[in-house]
Amino acid sequence: MGITKEEVEYIARLARLEFDETEKEAFTHQLDKILEYVDKINELDTSHVQPSSHVIPLENVLREDNVKESLPRDLVLANAPKKERGYFKVPKVIE
Amino acid sequence: MELCEYTCWQLHDMLKRKEVSSREITESVIKRIEEVDERTNCYITKTFDVALQKSHQVDDKIRRGEEIHPLSGIPIAIKDNICTEGVRTTCGSRILLNFIPPYDATVVKRLKEKGAVFIGKTNMDEFAMGSSTETSYFGITRNPWNLETVPGGSSGGSAAAVAADQTILALGSDTGGSIRQPASMCGVIGLKPTYGRISRFGLIAYASSLDQIGPITKDVRDCTLLLNAISGYDEQDSTSVNREVPDYTKSLVEDLKGIKIGIPTEYFGKGLDKEVEEGVLDGVKLLCSLGAEAEETHLPHTDYAIASYYLIATSEASSNLARYDGVGYGYRGAEEDLIDMYKHTRSSGFGAEVKRRIMLGTYSLSSGYYDAYYLKALKVRTLIKQDFEEAFKKFDCLITPTSPTPAFYIGEKIDDPLTMYLQDIYTISTNLAGIPGISIPCGFSHDGLPIGLQILGPIFGEEKLLQIAYTFEQNTDYHQQKPKI
Amino acid sequence: MDYEPVIGLEVHVQLATKTKLFCGCRTTFGAPPNSQTCPVCLGFPGVLPVLNKEVVELAILSAIALNCTINPYSRFSRKNYFYPDLPKAYQISQYDLPLAKDGWVEISSGGKIRKIGIIRVHLEEDAGKLIHEDSGSLVDYNRCGIPLIEIVSSPMLRSSQEAYEYLNALKDILRYLRVSDCNMEEGSLRCDANVSVREKDAEGFGTKTEVKNMNSFKAVKQALDYEISRQIDLLEKGRRVLQETRLWDERESRTHGMRTKEEAHDYRYFPEPDLVPLSINPEWVNKISKRLPELPKDRMNRFLKEYGLPEYDALVLTSSRDLADYYEECVRLYNQPKVISNWIMTELLALLKEDGIEITQVKIKPEHLISMLGLIDKGVISGKIAKDIIVHMFRTGKDPSLIVEEKGLVQITDEDEVSKVIDEVILENKKAVLEYKSGKTKVMGFLVGQVMKKTEGKANPQIVNKLLREKI
Ligand SMILES: [Zn+2]
Repeated sequence: MGITKEEVEYIARLARLEFDETEKEAFTHQLDKILEYVDKINELDTSHVQPSSHVIPLENVLREDNVKESLPRDLVLANAPKKERGYFKVPKVIE
Repeated sequence: MELCEYTCWQLHDMLKRKEVSSREITESVIKRIEEVDERTNCYITKTFDVALQKSHQVDDKIRRGEEIHPLSGIPIAIKDNICTEGVRTTCGSRILLNFIPPYDATVVKRLKEKGAVFIGKTNMDEFAMGSSTETSYFGITRNPWNLETVPGGSSGGSAAAVAADQTILALGSDTGGSIRQPASMCGVIGLKPTYGRISRFGLIAYASSLDQIGPITKDVRDCTLLLNAISGYDEQDSTSVNREVPDYTKSLVEDLKGIKIGIPTEYFGKGLDKEVEEGVLDGVKLLCSLGAEAEETHLPHTDYAIASYYLIATSEASSNLARYDGVGYGYRGAEEDLIDMYKHTRSSGFGAEVKRRIMLGTYSLSSGYYDAYYLKALKVRTLIKQDFEEAFKKFDCLITPTSPTPAFYIGEKIDDPLTMYLQDIYTISTNLAGIPGISIPCGFSHDGLPIGLQILGPIFGEEKLLQIAYTFEQNTDYHQQKPKI
Repeated sequence: MDYEPVIGLEVHVQLATKTKLFCGCRTTFGAPPNSQTCPVCLGFPGVLPVLNKEVVELAILSAIALNCTINPYSRFSRKNYFYPDLPKAYQISQYDLPLAKDGWVEISSGGKIRKIGIIRVHLEEDAGKLIHEDSGSLVDYNRCGIPLIEIVSSPMLRSSQEAYEYLNALKDILRYLRVSDCNMEEGSLRCDANVSVREKDAEGFGTKTEVKNMNSFKAVKQALDYEISRQIDLLEKGRRVLQETRLWDERESRTHGMRTKEEAHDYRYFPEPDLVPLSINPEWVNKISKRLPELPKDRMNRFLKEYGLPEYDALVLTSSRDLADYYEECVRLYNQPKVISNWIMTELLALLKEDGIEITQVKIKPEHLISMLGLIDKGVISGKIAKDIIVHMFRTGKDPSLIVEEKGLVQITDEDEVSKVIDEVILENKKAVLEYKSGKTKVMGFLVGQVMKKTEGKANPQIVNKLLREKI
């Protein structure tokens, strides 16, 4: 039982977060406590219960294939931390 | 009495009778903000210029003898997770420190059309994750009833602003109690409508299947006016419900004949402050004396609500907040390479509570844990929803405390996340079930802090909730009391 | 030892809608960077997706044509991963409940017909495009949110040729449905392959690699050939095939392994809370199946019967829906199916091939082609001249009568005029005339040729023949 520091490191990598050693310790401890608490849901037998992703039963909400004007490009890029020649710019992606 | 102290409907009457101008109202609110916001810190961004401009327009309209909407010329504060075109929208986070949305949320668009005056963007827990407005990057908001205590959260800025007359109306958002709990702690009205009643388009998502925008107001009549203005289907939100919007002011009738109130015993157990319990039960007694009937009932899965909620909310949040990666907008951290950029951006852009919830959510969705956590939580959600459906077969509404305690002290719970989560114990099930809930003031603690009573109803049962709340209000004066600040 | 390859293809096809999957932005190819984007497809804070109905209907139509079962209940899920071409850091896709499943397409392989199974067809949104430069990578989100269907074949393909046939079969069907233009160069059809090899007739499967970055049908074939022989080579040397993603390098004609990313496959799928489920009842499917056109095989059989065309012509003319429509429009205007077929098969298709264009891009309208045939019938032009005229029509899109007039190509049918030319030819070719008279009737052809040459081919051949005989 309990979450390990290695798991915390793995989850942090998935979530693109990084922590120093002290933070890692603290997070491991806090998450462990929280998980111990939330684990109580596993006391319940839900073998015949359907999951509710949505609470209001809606289906087939569709729009027509009609063009809506796009955002002017200066607004598209207005909030960009870095941009160049109409593109967003990021550190080089190595494939 | 200063103009900022009136309600929306009172000011509307005065505007129509040309006793005051929107400009005077707006100036009164601005003056009040300038006097007290240093102490309360309700606002992240103030938009006084825009507000004054809008008030002129409304005054012109009145001068021309045109009909005005009940919200025309009335100052309103918007929680800072609701997008406003051209006005910075931060979500209380460093990561959106300089984000200026190029579009309006649907609710904002609707309010603009009605001539409401936008006075500013209110403080909140970062990404609406918190119950005390202490996790904001922009500093804590203080409760006007006692500046050493929290205003509740996450819509603490909106609730405190309404309580301190730093606005006439406010919008909040409620994912697990974020409208009702701060309304309760600040002694104002807060309504979380049925999921799908109000468009979420432009509301920066915390947990998509739980989030809902709602009014925070000085009284129930104002609540109905604001609800009327923002409700209804929006083709930009697939989860908004295409269903006619009744005129909620029609619910403003004093009548409790035949109303059956359920008192869920699970909401009156361990951890509930004695004064809060007394206040709420006295409230029920009052309602019964006015013609309602009350009876104990059970919501057997209540004990599992917080666990289910924190798994669902954090899972959705871990995905919703993944977009803050420093590429298209917002804060970007140091960038040596791409992975670095992501990590630095997110690690220094988000605060501790947000990171904690992203971690929890990522964990519960990650391979090997999905079934035991996320999927299981969705099934428990079904059970909780069924509890309510059962209860509403018998009762028109359920009455509970909104929060287990009155406002607590700043710093008291911030270092213990689990204790903070337990703050939401009475409000969380509502969001899981999608049902509406309203918090109204029902008394004060011995040290003068407001106590809130929560009324819950079935899906799209807002009208009856408002009727009960209105009747209660007409027979009490808690909502008329003002903090001395 | 004898090895056989086991290949499964994952094909992404862009659906031909006016707007994106979840927003109203246009889908036009080649627009300036980030000019077809809005807060929704840019994943700005607070936005929500709304599903395009036409996308759903085109996907259902495709699934019907691919003989799939449409799931009565399907939904969208989020696939979570970080990459700069994915602005929300999740892709809205379908996971546990896809739109359709269990279909097949027929391919011909080694002279036999094989049914290739299709495991699933699902909807998803495309990502943006990255351009890599020394100083960094540039991001264009125009493609982001473009509607795609992913078609997953079962691992039944046993050679690169079969994979190639399968891809072509998919392309033919989807283009026939006008569901997509299936243009690999423009990225409206993309294909990834799962490849493994095993001992012939073995039960299990070998370790597979995923091959990506193949940008043409030819590249798919080459990449598969390369990858199959690479894997066989490894096995024969007693080495292992590594499970990995490999990229096809067109220039070097080889695949090479991608640097394995950490925790690559923990996508944390969960149902998309911002979209509601799709419930597709039989009535809806029926309504959509009415949009299903006559498919190539049925149409070919009808062409054989109705127009009496040779099998080869019928096959070619029905190979694309647009070509078949073009042909049938011509036949409707001018009831000479074989004549029309000849002109299209020999002249028009050659011109298309020369320019590398499609019938939809051709400037010759059916009514113009028909009016050209009318000019031949009326003797205004000869068949030979018509072959020049059709080239002009192809280049300019002009009405043939106009071309005839402009270029003075009207046939000379005036006997006096022809007679004058014949007189000249007789005078200039006395030797040939004598030979003819002495019984060498073959020189007649030569003399006719001389007349045609002098008239630049405009003299009516029948009149030339008749007058020549009379005069000699
Ligand atoms: Zn868009």
